[in-house]
Amino acid sequence: MIAEIGLAVLWMAAALAVLQLFSGISALRPGGKAMGGMVRPLAVMQGALVAVSFLALIDLFLETDLSVKLVAENSHSMKPFIFKLAGTWGNHEGSMLLWVTIMAVSGGIVALVEKRLREDTLIATLAGQAFVSLGFYAFLLLSSNPFERLAEPAPEGAGLNPLLQDIGLAFHPPTLYVGYVGLSVAFSFAIGALVTRDVGPAFARAMRPWVLGAWIFLTVGITAGSYWAYYTLGWGGWWFWDPVENASLMPWLAATALLHSVSVLASRNALRAWTVMLGVIAFSMSMIGTFLVRSGILTSVHAFAVDPERGSFILALLAIYIGGALALFGIRASTVTEGERFSLFSREASLVWNNVMLCGTLAIVLLGTLYPLMTEAFGAKVSVGPPYFNPVSAIFVLPMMVVMAVGPLLRWRKDKPGRITATVAVPALLTALVLLAVVVFAPGIRVLPMLGIAVGAGLARASLLPLRGRNLRRTPLSVYGMVVAHFGIAVALLGAAAESAFSTERLAAMNVGDTQTVGPITIKLLSIEPVAGPNWTALEATVSAAYKDGAPVTLHPQARTFTSPPGERTESALHTRWNGQLYAVLGNEGEDGRWQMRFWWKPFVPLLWLGGLLVAFGGLLALLGRVAHDVKRLRAEGKIAYRNSRKELLK
Amino acid sequence: MSETKVSGGIKPKHQRLVLLVIALVALIGAGLLAAYALSNQASYFYVPNDLIKTPPEQGRAIRLGGMVEKGSLKTRTDGITIDFVVGDGKARVPVRYTGITPDLFVEGSGVVAEGRMEGQTFVADNLLAKHDENYVPRQMGDMTEAQAKAVVAETK
Repeated sequence: MIAEIGLAVLWMAAALAVLQLFSGISALRPGGKAMGGMVRPLAVMQGALVAVSFLALIDLFLETDLSVKLVAENSHSMKPFIFKLAGTWGNHEGSMLLWVTIMAVSGGIVALVEKRLREDTLIATLAGQAFVSLGFYAFLLLSSNPFERLAEPAPEGAGLNPLLQDIGLAFHPPTLYVGYVGLSVAFSFAIGALVTRDVGPAFARAMRPWVLGAWIFLTVGITAGSYWAYYTLGWGGWWFWDPVENASLMPWLAATALLHSVSVLASRNALRAWTVMLGVIAFSMSMIGTFLVRSGILTSVHAFAVDPERGSFILALLAIYIGGALALFGIRASTVTEGERFSLFSREASLVWNNVMLCGTLAIVLLGTLYPLMTEAFGAKVSVGPPYFNPVSAIFVLPMMVVMAVGPLLRWRKDKPGRITATVAVPALLTALVLLAVVVFAPGIRVLPMLGIAVGAGLARASLLPLRGRNLRRTPLSVYGMVVAHFGIAVALLGAAAESAFSTERLAAMNVGDTQTVGPITIKLLSIEPVAGPNWTALEATVSAAYKDGAPVTLHPQARTFTSPPGERTESALHTRWNGQLYAVLGNEGEDGRWQMRFWWKPFVPLLWLGGLLVAFGGLLALLGRVAHDVKRLRAEGKIAYRNSRKELLK
Repeated sequence: MSETKVSGGIKPKHQRLVLLVIALVALIGAGLLAAYALSNQASYFYVPNDLIKTPPEQGRAIRLGGMVEKGSLKTRTDGITIDFVVGDGKARVPVRYTGITPDLFVEGSGVVAEGRMEGQTFVADNLLAKHDENYVPRQMGDMTEAQAKAVVAETK
């Protein structure tokens, strides 16, 4: 019954989306004003219905209803609760339903709370949102029905891919999805504003929280995904330039550029056409990412839907939305009148630089990700990896750090280089000194990590400069947000550079009782025992690790074996200190009875993820600051209106 | 306040043009740079027969795919370095690898090794074996049809 309700409600939501689209279109035509009143309630109802449909699917998974095909194929009655829940979106159909749910609920929220936009722009935005959603409804209902029943209920479920049975991964995809879909709202705003030619500060202020929110979720998602890959794949790396990783990085790069340009538009009324264009690009990147991951065109750990029909469907959606948006942009861009001017040396100009470099990085990542697909069409198999991405992206990323350090110190509109020379001298000097220190004390270090450490140190100092000379209590939260986010980038850069420069590795075959050293750490293998979990068994090593002469700690790396579906997974063990992390992996037993073990000492690597979280936290501060500001303004406006009405009465 | 003052002596129209040109130059630069790097750095996929017929330069990063020959796997005394032979039915290449082998790495099964030729030996930095039922290295599709079938049957 639940499955039928879920499906029926989903059809109803799709029907409402059709209504929403058509009432929106007719409201925008001359004489159609009356239809406009329907759009908001339709958007809210659509959001509510889809949410019900998604809750129905969650319920089916929690109950492990094995008469539903999706549940039987992706779940198992013995699975722990949390993975039953995560199983809802740990598959193609469920994740597409999650996508539509987030999109429709966001549309409903826009309809409920958005008060700054002109009414016609809001209607166009909601119609655009309905149009985008419709493609996904069609996709779900015509080719990926999550509620399909089996003719005969399965006796037992097939289980969830062991790689996905991890708490980090359970919440990683929905986090990224909220980010992707947040960008779809920004896209709809861009479309709405193009349709009504209403690209201005009010539009930017309405769009900004959505971009900020999407960006925060993307940042958290990428950081968590990187940490997940690091500790669960057992290979000790944190970024592999895997196409699926790139699929999340590309929307983030575009969203970062959009975030900065939308701020310029909101506060300075400049970069109008560019901001709209970035809104289109950012969502295109989410769609391309979804296409790459979901079409089966790439083989990856995450690509679990190998089905050409679905690939073509997403590709068709991509072509319609992106092609349509670009065509609309082409027609309307010239009518989006030029914004305010600024000098080539100003805050605006530095943000343009930031945008150019982010887009350059984006172009490089996109090219590297798609290149193997393009050459394959001509029969040559090529794989593009770190030897391409690392140096080529660094060419854009390192100068971007310099702009990040200097840009926030500049005045809007026009500034003189002389005014900030003394201020930036300190971080510049710091960078030079650190560079010198690294060259002297760590000879033989590669160029990129060396530059990373020096620039990271300089940026860490420079990112705090915008707070100098300010009354810290009266500084707006959004300024703190920027400072924290930029500081976070510096921290992450330092962590990444330190990891690649100073990591040491020890690979050994050990008997119980043997001792090994890695970096400053002495390790002893105490025992290897079998252990059992809820739906897996494992071999677990017990090792004691002592840092220099300190007290030893105990670690338990495991090699897990899952039965349903059959699979194996490495569960590495980590020991985190303030100055680095020990990483231990248990391998196989050799013929001579010794165990293969792998250890890394990675100095300062936790800074990498700490930095990522700081960046997201900075975004959150900025978002809170904006919301508080808006609430204050609305209240003030309310008070003024009240006073005016009192005056009217007293007259 | 006049606009020329704001744009620091440059006419407004020109100022937009300057920004546009800078942006274009940066993007084209990125494209050229990427194209150059791609033609240089892309690592190619080989099966043993290709490796014998058209040997790549020594030390260039490549990928080798094929079947681990039965009876060829030997572990050195350090316990972590293994030697084995990868074949595709036409040619055979000796491979050396130091590290923890993937769980599904066994004799008679398919493997993709990332690494480089050193002399006549392929030195692998990384072995890709099957992660789970959904993840078979894509490059296996490049082997001869019979080989690919054997590998797929083996790794399924």
